[in-house]
Amino acid sequence: MNDPQNGAHTSSIRVDLKLIADMIEPGSRVLDVGCGDGELLAYLAKTKQTDGRGVELSMSGVSKSVRSGLSVIQGDADTDLKDYPSGAFDYVVLSQTLQATYRPREVVENLVRISQRAIVSFPNFAYWRVRLGLLFIGKMPVTDTLVNTWYDTPNIHHCTVKDFVETCRDSGISIERAIPLTRNGDAMALAATGRLANLLAEQALFVLRRPD
Amino acid sequence: MWGHANGKGAMENHATPLKPERMTYGEDPAKRVELGVTEKLRLDCGVSLGPFTMAYQTYGALNADKSNAILICHALTGDHYVADEIHPITGKRGWWDLMVGPGKPIDTDRFFVISSNVLGGCQGTTGPKDIDLATGKPYGLSFPVITIGDMVRAQKQLVDYLCIDKLFLVIGGSMGAMQVLEWAARYPDDVFAACPVAGAARHSAQNIAFHEVGRQAIMADPDWQAGDYLNHGTDPKRGLSVARMAAHITYLSEAALHRKFGRRLQDREGLTYGFDADFQVESYLRHQGSTFVDRFDANSYLYITRAMDYFDLAAEHGGNLSAAFDGAKTRFCVISFSSDWLFPTPESRAVVHALNAVAANVSFVEVESDKGHDAFLLDEPELFDVMTGFINGSAAIRGLT
Repeated sequence: MNDPQNGAHTSSIRVDLKLIADMIEPGSRVLDVGCGDGELLAYLAKTKQTDGRGVELSMSGVSKSVRSGLSVIQGDADTDLKDYPSGAFDYVVLSQTLQATYRPREVVENLVRISQRAIVSFPNFAYWRVRLGLLFIGKMPVTDTLVNTWYDTPNIHHCTVKDFVETCRDSGISIERAIPLTRNGDAMALAATGRLANLLAEQALFVLRRPD
Repeated sequence: MWGHANGKGAMENHATPLKPERMTYGEDPAKRVELGVTEKLRLDCGVSLGPFTMAYQTYGALNADKSNAILICHALTGDHYVADEIHPITGKRGWWDLMVGPGKPIDTDRFFVISSNVLGGCQGTTGPKDIDLATGKPYGLSFPVITIGDMVRAQKQLVDYLCIDKLFLVIGGSMGAMQVLEWAARYPDDVFAACPVAGAARHSAQNIAFHEVGRQAIMADPDWQAGDYLNHGTDPKRGLSVARMAAHITYLSEAALHRKFGRRLQDREGLTYGFDADFQVESYLRHQGSTFVDRFDANSYLYITRAMDYFDLAAEHGGNLSAAFDGAKTRFCVISFSSDWLFPTPESRAVVHALNAVAANVSFVEVESDKGHDAFLLDEPELFDVMTGFINGSAAIRGLT
């Protein structure tokens, strides 16, 4: 049947999600914010026996997740994270969702509050193709990671690697790891928070901890 | 709160000696047990009740380690005939026949399903129409006011009687959802999974208002006789019928009413310029009212609506709903319906927020439906899919096959 141990997603997983999954210790408590149809949660339940929860905005994603036996609620990062008690989870994951939130700084602060480690990934708006597109074509960039046109994009708060590093510093959040990524989600061999990463990484993944 | 129109030739409960026996649809399959014998049930109102009778029904078989039991809690006018092919009083199928049975989301080939008539009810469990042993007469209004908590404590006695330590799942819709939440809050270690459907952690002002209209309709009927109609040989059918008609509107939605009836006329070519049921919707409501009175006791209606009005789970925990679930290990699945205006989605969301605040394991789905509150009783494929997923996922974790 549709139990999480035998879900549809468990044999293979998107490259960027695999990178996240590899960071998570077996048996830990995980909250996936913007979990889609539960791909990461199902994979983690299968391979790492995690105690997983999800929050997802789209009703179809929630329904698919719950149908496959996962614990997922309909909600969003802006309104629902504040409910959780501090330190409720070992890991909170926010994958490719930050740029679509209304108050991304509060979201990130809540992520680190409710977890031991927050794993956050987002498209880097300082990626060179984005920069050149704006400079030479003079239109809002549409790339492999930013696929929507300006009028129908859910992305309302774009940021760059540099912006994100500065915001974490301002909020007193420790960056434990930072990984620049290609469009496919493969890690790049670059100093993660440096200028070159800000130019060459199409997306970036950060592991954050709350200030102690 | 049933979506089904109800049967003809119904009888008042056969336990009532003051009424002549009428036709039934075969043998009553329900079981009965005397509870509160050695220790009376201490009610929230301060009265101790006992012994009392609880009528219940079971389906499927209890497994060897007693880990596959599911308790189904019924709504205001429901009963314990959840999945019977023939309800002994109405002749209809059980009220959750779509959800419960072999191969259905609540699969009676895998699970042992228990459902009992609530305390204060009129289908076999002790309620206001039954004989008070102290007086030899029906209780009427001398029956103590009961609460959702009292109903649940009575059910707990039944579950104990059945020697089940931990229920795999407690599930119910509407007032049934209130009982589910009460179960999870009161007996957290005895509930592995909980599924409140189309419910709330408290009854809203609007819902109390609707109930008050219904109660006033009953009490305005001269046949109600200040609640003592069983001793006067009368039956406040008109009042109860109006109460049911008003309530039934709240179980539907404007869209559902429009789709079902629109402004269509009932068996006539034009308006009659009178007060007959010109419109189909009027005729439908009158039918709902008139069939309801054949199977339900007016005083039970007063008592059970009161129990719902009094329900406020947060108030029982110092005004903090999440305190009701502190430390809960139970897996929750909260379900609402988009067009339900009696128990609208924000009520379910409040429960979800309270559960999140204690990092409880919770799923929450708002099912898209235009059928209003009664959607939980109807053929809603998404509801069945979500329920199946939640139950199977929980069963896998519980180690049930």
